[in-house]
Amino acid sequence: MAPRKTASVSSRKAAAKSTKKDFAAGTIAEFSKEDDLKAYREMLLIRRFEEKAGQLYGMGFIGGFCHLYIGQEAVVVGMQLALKEGDQVITGYRDHGHMLACGMSARGVMAELTGRRGGLSKGKGGSMHMFSKEKHFYGGHGIVGAQVSLGTGLAFANRYRGKDNVSLAYFGDGAANQGQVYESFNMAALWKLPVIYIVENNRYAMGTSVSRASAQTDFSQRGASFGIPGYQVDGMDVRAVKAAADQAVEYCRAGKGPIILEMLTYRYRGHSMSDPAKYRSKDEVQKMRSEHDPIEQVKARLIEKGWASEDELKQIDKEVRDIVADSADFAQSDPEPDVSELYTDILL
Amino acid sequence: MPVEILMPALSPTMEEGTLSKWLKNEGDKVASGDVIAEIETDKATMEVEAVDEGTIGKLLIAAGTEGVKVNTPIAVLLQDGEGAGDIANAKAEAPKPAAAEAPAPAAAPVAAQPKAEVPSDPAIPAGTEMVTITVREALRDAMAEEMRANDDVFVMGEEVAEYQGAYKITQGLLQEFGPRRVVDTPITEHGFAGVGVGAAMTGLRPIVEFMTFNFAMQAIDHIINSAAKTLYMSGGQMGAPIVFRGPSGAAARVAAQHSQCYAAWYSHIPGLKVVMPYTAADAKGLLKAAIRDPNPVIFLENEILYGQSFEVPKLDDFVLPIGKARIHRHGKDATIVSFGIGMTYAVKAAAELEAQGIDVEIIDLRTIRPMDLPTVIESVKKTGRLVAVEEGFPQSSVGTEIATRVMQQAFDYLDAPILTIAGKDVPMPYAANLEKLALPNVAEVVDAVKAVCYK
Repeated sequence: MAPRKTASVSSRKAAAKSTKKDFAAGTIAEFSKEDDLKAYREMLLIRRFEEKAGQLYGMGFIGGFCHLYIGQEAVVVGMQLALKEGDQVITGYRDHGHMLACGMSARGVMAELTGRRGGLSKGKGGSMHMFSKEKHFYGGHGIVGAQVSLGTGLAFANRYRGKDNVSLAYFGDGAANQGQVYESFNMAALWKLPVIYIVENNRYAMGTSVSRASAQTDFSQRGASFGIPGYQVDGMDVRAVKAAADQAVEYCRAGKGPIILEMLTYRYRGHSMSDPAKYRSKDEVQKMRSEHDPIEQVKARLIEKGWASEDELKQIDKEVRDIVADSADFAQSDPEPDVSELYTDILL
Repeated sequence: MPVEILMPALSPTMEEGTLSKWLKNEGDKVASGDVIAEIETDKATMEVEAVDEGTIGKLLIAAGTEGVKVNTPIAVLLQDGEGAGDIANAKAEAPKPAAAEAPAPAAAPVAAQPKAEVPSDPAIPAGTEMVTITVREALRDAMAEEMRANDDVFVMGEEVAEYQGAYKITQGLLQEFGPRRVVDTPITEHGFAGVGVGAAMTGLRPIVEFMTFNFAMQAIDHIINSAAKTLYMSGGQMGAPIVFRGPSGAAARVAAQHSQCYAAWYSHIPGLKVVMPYTAADAKGLLKAAIRDPNPVIFLENEILYGQSFEVPKLDDFVLPIGKARIHRHGKDATIVSFGIGMTYAVKAAAELEAQGIDVEIIDLRTIRPMDLPTVIESVKKTGRLVAVEEGFPQSSVGTEIATRVMQQAFDYLDAPILTIAGKDVPMPYAANLEKLALPNVAEVVDAVKAVCYK
């Protein structure tokens, strides 16, 4: 069966169901010059970082699995703009972008990818397993869907402690079919837990398009039987993500319970490095890149509004490239973990 | 003919109960389905409904009587036209079950269990007053004490709050600590195990109760992949200080899906601690230790042991070390190593063997992981002979692990091959006779010890 016809993002957005006064779907946040510049820089950092990671993988510096976030940058950057100190983030295996957006160091992430001692998990976790207590990032989980229950537990802890922090549990359209997702929805709705479920619908669970795997492809409505409101969001427009994030965060902080945001997004690269992506056409990818690229949208806006010149943007590009190059150098020169690390961190 | 109403069994493991209240008096008419009495066991309070119609002729057991054995006549029901003169001719309401002659074998150890001596517990100062409580009460007390001491400790699971625990282990906790800290979950093991681990990753200390560890198979991914491995995968940044507890192993007549020991399963996993107590004192001291432990702890209980009484030291804060075995009985001729309900076979076998002139040392492992092998080896150095006893399946069992390690580390001290007694290599059958065959028995342990002693 052919993948679902690539509708334009705006028409898919129009399908968003919202009549509730808590949430105005399809809203585009007003971005100031500073907002756009910040979003541009952060998305570009993820893009360049992932391109470098792909390159290092090809050179044999990175082993095992490596799932790149290229194309989906607006989702995590837009969500992060709505958070405050103490809010938690948890995601699945396509996690590099989330970690960079949470403020975890590029060196730490890249050195973990190369399995070096300066990696965020001392080289013992790898691409899919990194954490930061300081940045409230709870992984990096390689078991598809596990982060949804765990993220619900983070929200449970916030409620238990009487904090008004929210937790963000990211998962893909593939994970959305796991049973524990619905077990979690049920408990979160039952106990009114402050958790935002973010379905990053990039249209393919590995090589299976959503229409081939999901009886109901509107993931925003997957919480309907638990009474959890859900909204579709143009996940390629960082302003739309930010607007949805602001409203969702406010909803959760107010103690109204969980909320679902379905981010309509797209990954340009294969599922992992070894995926030739034969399940979709090159035209489909090219169309998304040329018409909906999240970074190009911001760039065009910055220039059009006169908020940044080509030179100024080039300067940002250079700064970002320097950070990435530095992380790559570090990740290749940093030593592997000491052999004594084999037996550490098993029990406290 | 008048009908005798018998004391009903409310669960497969119930042997006796308290007839707490009569709701009908002599002379009252009853229809089938009417509630005639309330019966209380250590697990639950249940209503007894009339099966037949008639008039209560005589109440044979007074309200408030404790220790009424199952199948004891408790009342006589007169049929139409019958009077007081017919009472003596009453017949039981149903034929007594044939099983009365072959009682459920797993229930047998409940009777007359010798009280455990606890000679090797330095945690108990000499002269400490001891109180006799059940394993069930010990577990509840351990949780309550830790919850009083630390607001980060909470308990969650199916029926732990309003129902007071499917096996009444959490009895009274909701009343003392409220619904914030005693959390009833939906029937959703995979999900609530994940919620517990997520909460633990932030530093809370959840006690996740599984109604039985058989249901934890649905949650085993979170136990192993999320709880046990996170500390390592995060380079030591965050782990999961969480206790997963509940009954494991065979109860009685609940068949294959509800009768499985998980000691060997979880003991396979680095990053977990696995505790399986036998006595009430160990249950209390080790559960308190498990709740305080910064690592994920699997705490395997046993339904048959819940109602058994042992002496527990009366101390304000009785905590035992995880990972230390206890010499349950000192002896010189052969060593039996066991844990949990396996200890019931070891203790009985040792008594029989003593009568035959064989002096057995019994080691209660208490913790399966990390395993206190030095204590086992010290004993083997003295006796030269070792038998391992457990109820779990025989392949890749705790006993085979012990045998391997003792062979590797104390080969020169062995005077005979190590023998292992385990459950049979079959799914647990339902039929009483087959179930009895599937479990280990005392005779097997006695024979094994005699075999390693070449007697």
